[in-house]
Amino acid sequence: MKRRSTGRRRLLNSAVTATAMGAALLGIGALTWILYTVISRGAAAINWAFFTELPTPPGVGGGGLSSALWGTVYITGVAAALGIPLGLLAGVYLAELGRHSRLGDAVRFGSNVLMGVPSIIVGLFVYTIIVLPTGHFSGWAGGVSLAIIMLPVVARTSEDMLRMVPDSLRESALALGAPRWRATFGVIFRAARAGLITGVVLAVARVSGETAPLLFTALNSPYTVSSLNEPTANLTVTIFNYAMSPYQDWQTLAWGASLIITVAVLVLTLLSRLAFKENRTWS
Amino acid sequence: MPAASPSATSLGDRIFRWVTAISAALVLLIIGAIFVELVRHSSLSLHRFGLDFLTSTRWNPAKGEFGAASSIFGTLVSTAIALAIAVPLSLVIALFLVELAPPWISKVVGQAIELLAAIPSIIYGMWGLFVLAPVMSEYVQPALGRTLGSLPLFRGPPMGIGMGTAGLIIALMILPFITAVMRDVFRMVPDVVKESAYGMGATTWEVTRQVTVPYGIHGLAGAVFLGLGRAIGETMAVTFVIGNKHHISASLFSPGNSIASTLANEFTEASEPLYRSALVELGLVLFGITFLLQIGAHLWLRRLKKKMAVST
Repeated sequence: MKRRSTGRRRLLNSAVTATAMGAALLGIGALTWILYTVISRGAAAINWAFFTELPTPPGVGGGGLSSALWGTVYITGVAAALGIPLGLLAGVYLAELGRHSRLGDAVRFGSNVLMGVPSIIVGLFVYTIIVLPTGHFSGWAGGVSLAIIMLPVVARTSEDMLRMVPDSLRESALALGAPRWRATFGVIFRAARAGLITGVVLAVARVSGETAPLLFTALNSPYTVSSLNEPTANLTVTIFNYAMSPYQDWQTLAWGASLIITVAVLVLTLLSRLAFKENRTWS
Repeated sequence: MPAASPSATSLGDRIFRWVTAISAALVLLIIGAIFVELVRHSSLSLHRFGLDFLTSTRWNPAKGEFGAASSIFGTLVSTAIALAIAVPLSLVIALFLVELAPPWISKVVGQAIELLAAIPSIIYGMWGLFVLAPVMSEYVQPALGRTLGSLPLFRGPPMGIGMGTAGLIIALMILPFITAVMRDVFRMVPDVVKESAYGMGATTWEVTRQVTVPYGIHGLAGAVFLGLGRAIGETMAVTFVIGNKHHISASLFSPGNSIASTLANEFTEASEPLYRSALVELGLVLFGITFLLQIGAHLWLRRLKKKMAVST
C-alpha cells in the first residue's frame, strides 16, 4: 500500500465529512422547503367552507372541496375493503400454508414485480377491464385500481409479520386440536396483531395519496358523490386539474387539498409506527 | 374450544387452503392479465406501426401518426438525470447518518427521511411547478446558460420547466427512498470489521471507501435498482414540470415528455381508436421495461444471497 502523509489523509477525511454534512443539509433542506411550502400555502386555503362546500367556477371565489374529500374517503374505503382481506389471505398463504411451495415462491416474486409496476399502468389496466366494458368512468374502478396496488404490499408485509410468530405458538394451537384456520385467525393473528395493523395502515396511507391510477378510472367530478357508479370527485385528481388550471382561486384550493393529503398520509404513517412500537406482543 | 370431528376439520381447512391459495394466486393472475389486456388493446397500433413505433419521433394524432421515440427518450433521460443526482447524494447522506452524525441527529433525521419517502408524488409535482420551476427560470437556468451555454446541454430559453427540472424533481422524490435503503445497508456491516480498520489507524473516509462500501456493494446496487424502478414509472411529479411536448432535444432546458406523462396528459382526451391504441402500446412499453428491471433486480439479489450464504 502506498504511504501517504497523515496530514493529507486527515485533510481528505475532513473534506469528505464536510461534503457529507453539506449533502445531508442540502437534501434535508430541499425536503423541508417542500413541506414548508405545502403547509404555508395550504393553510391559507383551509377554512370551514373548504370542508363543507362544493367547488365554485373560476373567478367566483370561495367554495370548497367537500365532494372531493368524501370521494377520496369512499374510493380509499373500497380499495381497503378489497385489498386488505385479499392481501391478508395471500399473506397467510405465503407465511403459513404455502411457505415452501412452488406457488408461494412464484407469488412472492410476483408481488415484488407487481409492487414495481408503475401505478399509471395499473390505472390503464383497470380502464380496460372495468371502464371500457361498463362504458363509463366510476369510483368503483378507482377503488379497484387502488386495491390492486395495495394487494402485494399487504401480502408481503403480513407475510413478514406472520413469520415473526414463533412456531411453538402454531404447534401449541394445533396440538390442542384446533384446525389450521382456527389456529391462524385465533392465535397467530392475535400474536401478530400490531404488525399486521402497521402493514395495513401503511398500505392505506400509500394508496390514499395516489393520483395516476385514478386518472383513467375514477376520473373526477365537480358534484357531490351520490354513487360510486359514475365519475367520482377525489382530492388527488382535483389537485392535478386545479394546479394545471390558470385560475388563481383553483390553484389555492389545490394547495389546500395538497396539505390535507400530506397531513393525512403523514399521520397514518406515524400512527402505524406507534402501533408497531407499543404492543409488539411476541418479542 | 369444542372438539371438531375430523371430517369437519378437514373440510374447514380445505376451504381455508383454497381461499388463501386463490388470494395469493391473484397476484400472478393480475400480472398476467395486465400483460394480456395491454397487448389486446394496443393491437391496432401494434399492427399499424410494428417496430417503427419504437423509433419514430412523429406524434400527430390529427394525422394518425404515432411514434414513441420522444416519450421513451424522455423517460430514459429524466431517469438518468434523477439517478445521477440522487445516488451520490443519498450515498453521502446515508454515510453521514451511519458513520458521522451523533446518534440523536441520526435518529431524528433518519425518521424524517422515512416520513418524506411517504409523501405522495403529486405534492412534489405541485412544488416543482409553483416553486422550483420559477427558481430554475429566474436564477439557475440563466446562470447555467451564461457560464456553460456553449454546451448543447444548456441552450435555449430559460422556461423553468423541461427535462432538467423533471430530472431534479424525480431525484428529490427518490432521494429519501434510496437513502433509507442505503442506510440500512451500511448498518448491516458488522462493527467488528469496521473497528479492525479503525484500529489500524484508518480515517472514517478510508474505512468507508475500503471497508463499508465494498462490503455492502451489492446492497447498494439493490438500492439503486429500487430507485430506478420508482423513477422510471414516476408520473405525477414529472407531468407537472416536464413540459409535455413530443420533442427530442439535447438541451436540458427544453420541454419534453415521458411515457407516463404522455399517458397522464393524453389518454382521457384520446377518442380515436388508433390514438388510444397507441397510448396503450406506450403503456405496454413502460410495463415491459419495469418488468424486465424487476426480474433483473430480483435475480441479482438472489445470486447475492447465495454468494453471502457461501462466504459466511
